[in-house]
Amino acid sequence: MSDKILMKGNEAIAEAAIIAGCRHYFGYPITPQTEIAAYMAKKMPKIGGTFLQAESEIAAINMVYGVASAGKRVMTSSSSPGVSLKGEGLSYLAGSDLPSLIVNVQRGGPGLGGIQPSQSDYFQSTRGGGHGDYHMIVLAPASVQEMAELTVKGFELADTYRMTSMILADGTMGQMMEPVSLDIDVKPAPEKPWATTGTQMAREHNIVNSLSLVPEELEELNFKRYDRYKVIEENETMFEEYKVEDADIVLAAFGIAARVSKNAVDEARKMGIKAGLIRPITLWPFPKAPFKAAAEHAKAFISVELNMGQMIEDVILATESKCPVTLCNRAGGMIPDPKQVLNSIIEINGGAK
Amino acid sequence: MAVVFDKPHALCDVPLHYCPGCTHGIVHRLVAEVIDELGIEGKTIGIAPVGCSVMAYNYFNCDMIEAAHGRAPAVATGVKRADPENHIVFTYQGDGDLASIGMAETVHAAARNENITVIFINNAIYGMTGGQMAPTSLVGQVTQTSPYGRDPKACGYPIKVCEMLSELVGPEYLERVTVNSVKNIRTAKKAIKKAFQNQIDGKGFSLVEVVSSCPTNWGMTPKQALDWIDSDMLPYYPLGVYKDRSAEQKEAE
Repeated sequence: MSDKILMKGNEAIAEAAIIAGCRHYFGYPITPQTEIAAYMAKKMPKIGGTFLQAESEIAAINMVYGVASAGKRVMTSSSSPGVSLKGEGLSYLAGSDLPSLIVNVQRGGPGLGGIQPSQSDYFQSTRGGGHGDYHMIVLAPASVQEMAELTVKGFELADTYRMTSMILADGTMGQMMEPVSLDIDVKPAPEKPWATTGTQMAREHNIVNSLSLVPEELEELNFKRYDRYKVIEENETMFEEYKVEDADIVLAAFGIAARVSKNAVDEARKMGIKAGLIRPITLWPFPKAPFKAAAEHAKAFISVELNMGQMIEDVILATESKCPVTLCNRAGGMIPDPKQVLNSIIEINGGAK
Repeated sequence: MAVVFDKPHALCDVPLHYCPGCTHGIVHRLVAEVIDELGIEGKTIGIAPVGCSVMAYNYFNCDMIEAAHGRAPAVATGVKRADPENHIVFTYQGDGDLASIGMAETVHAAARNENITVIFINNAIYGMTGGQMAPTSLVGQVTQTSPYGRDPKACGYPIKVCEMLSELVGPEYLERVTVNSVKNIRTAKKAIKKAFQNQIDGKGFSLVEVVSSCPTNWGMTPKQALDWIDSDMLPYYPLGVYKDRSAEQKEAE
């Protein structure tokens, strides 16, 4: 067991990326994730890596596209309004089947919104973010330790499946400090024979491209991509269950909302209410199985979110409408406290026993 | 029998999709000849834009990437920085791509003196989408979206990219050429070769603007279009070297 060090969530992401072998970072300043860029600016020149402050989010994501085309591990990070600007690039990365890691430390929106924590980019992230039929692997850490571990995991998944992984955090996760162990195993990147690194006059030229003007061919590419997504849904779905096995009331929450919800579950249990929590760690693929299973014994579900109710739609789909699903939320940068969540539980339960 | 004229190796042996009389074919060939002569095909990565040359990835034998509209200099920055010692990177962009939607990427790559080569095709019109007004369309030029002629009161003046970039401290080399005569084609090739050689020598951002023709969307015969370059384009876009830092430094010494 290695020593733990005290780190901000944003810094843990940056250091974990370096541990994962990422030597190229491109970004543009935006609160509340700028510590990632600052960390990279300090570290990268000392380890032979590249830190570049791009002229825009759009340029940053296209620099990512360039390094990814050349087959190297690469990342960018931003916060909600900046991620919207990256949407074009995310779509192109998907269309060209390029691996990369994108971090979104969410803040309240829409528009310029605020700079306080939010989860209001759930739809944007889990449905792709840009135009066209595609998904990203969306990872939702709930501790600084997970910020680090999921960053490494994100690079590995991106390389394995040739797609973008997104770390979907929020302002709280980015800013808070916790002890973290950086003793994380890293799988080496696989061979990338498709990468544009120069033919060396030894092979046919490689082409990285998302244009396909023949509809039959473009359809086939989409079918193949979704076959790959099916494999990911089967093999890579991650979640945590907390006191779900006998629960009457099951909370659904990710990230910081899950930590608040855990406290509420404990308080409810003290009052004799059988509450539990399912915490999706992958938001895409969404962990449908534990919700479906819990719907066999639960009386109701509560989706606890820092938005106006986005993940709740996936909870309703996953529970196949077998139980009522209600929303317990704050928005615009506000965080529900355990008491609010507890009150929701009590209300759904029809009072305390 | 000795072969006196052949296709450059860096050009794929496939039919190009360009319209009759379009000068893209000439410029493709010049780029390919230069890649051959410098012996860099095996380490070259080209970036195709969105526009008429969107499918340039099928025409060059080196590794190729298709970029989002206007983003080629940012993509090139990524490819170059991925392995600066071993990657020779060029972008091939039209006027809408480079001077309109991608102007920020162009200016900042130049300001950083990013060690890449940019081939900029200025034909004063959007060809791929069927002839709309470009950032470089001349005052009074009739296009699909300026049907009464480009009116500077409503849509401003055409952008002189080389002149504008020459005000930046960053870039190494900026030259405007054209390909409407044998003599001009020879000058154009020299400029393109220099723009690649600069990258090999680590000198930085080199852009060659090629004043080009678009007979289809200009509504002219190929010959008329080449003449129109002389009569209308070149008075507003004078040929010449707009910046050559190394030459300036040498002169100063």
